[in-house]
Amino acid sequence: MLLIPCPNCGPRDETEFHYGGQAHVPYPENPSELTDTEWSRYLFYRENPKGIFAERWVHSTGCRQWFNMLRDTVSYDIKAIYPMGTPRPDSAGAPAAESGTASLAADSTTTGTDAPNIPGTSISHATAPEGATK
Amino acid sequence: MAETAASPTSAKTNAEKNLAARVSPARQLAEEFAAGSLAGTVEISEVPFLTMVGLRTLAGSAAAERLAGVTGGLPAGSGAVAGSGDVSVLWLGPAEFLVVAPTEAHESLGGDLIPALRDALGSDAGQVVDLSANRTTFELTGPRARAVLEKGCSLDLHPRVFKAGTAFSTEIANIPAILWKTGDESFRIFPRASFAEFLGRWLLDAMREYASPEVP
Ligand SMILES: [Zn+2]
Repeated sequence: MLLIPCPNCGPRDETEFHYGGQAHVPYPENPSELTDTEWSRYLFYRENPKGIFAERWVHSTGCRQWFNMLRDTVSYDIKAIYPMGTPRPDSAGAPAAESGTASLAADSTTTGTDAPNIPGTSISHATAPEGATK
Repeated sequence: MAETAASPTSAKTNAEKNLAARVSPARQLAEEFAAGSLAGTVEISEVPFLTMVGLRTLAGSAAAERLAGVTGGLPAGSGAVAGSGDVSVLWLGPAEFLVVAPTEAHESLGGDLIPALRDALGSDAGQVVDLSANRTTFELTGPRARAVLEKGCSLDLHPRVFKAGTAFSTEIANIPAILWKTGDESFRIFPRASFAEFLGRWLLDAMREYASPEVP
């Protein structure tokens, strides 16, 4: 049983939460222009890293709010909890730099391909298929 | 609940008839609650038909200020309970609250709480929803009440952490419920109506061991 620190309610049992899958998967900018393959990649293809994973959780029987979590899929250590819509922190759990170009790229310990998610420009190149802006 | 009243007088009569015919979600357990209660140790009862109103409003907004004016305040964070007089407001989320008031506060009995909240919200973003039929209320009291709850609730219920006058939305016996500590040895539990029988029987079972003399 995980003890998950809800940002609103504090630590609660895992059974109070529901899992929302991989975080930072943006909706394609022009979904109607995607090929079936690209659309299926957006819908169904997710990372499955051995190590740090950025994922979404909702405190269903508590405050009913969503948040993001960095969790180690091997040790189950929770590395960071951060609000929806904010960039992924580095895997040590330190908050990401608010802006800048290269500061988020040093995330070398993860196997994921999550690109840094800058607020306001939520399409990440790693998860949006190339055809999204064709 | 819809009534097609022929005249105002017959409408009133029908309303009274309907209220008398109401069956609370744990009515069928009333006798077992009485039999399972252990005076001076742990006692359980259903407090039926409390008025409950779901509020959704953004803290700090003008609408929130107006709603707080009606209820006597809105709670600021997890666990907090605000209100004044016999109206209490429980914190459910950053923008979600549950107003709990006596039965007579309900519109159907001439109470003006819900219309006042509706007027306070006006056309602003938010919600005022009558949820009185959504949940029922169990009252669990006595020196063993905490021990009973600890069998099925993973919150830290020790008095140094869980103070009287706080409430949390959590799980009890693996079902979602709101737990409100109303006094040092008294709790109100709000299960949804469909979970009332299950939780009522679960609590009765959890209370049973205290009927026997304590084994040293
Ligand atoms: Zn929460």
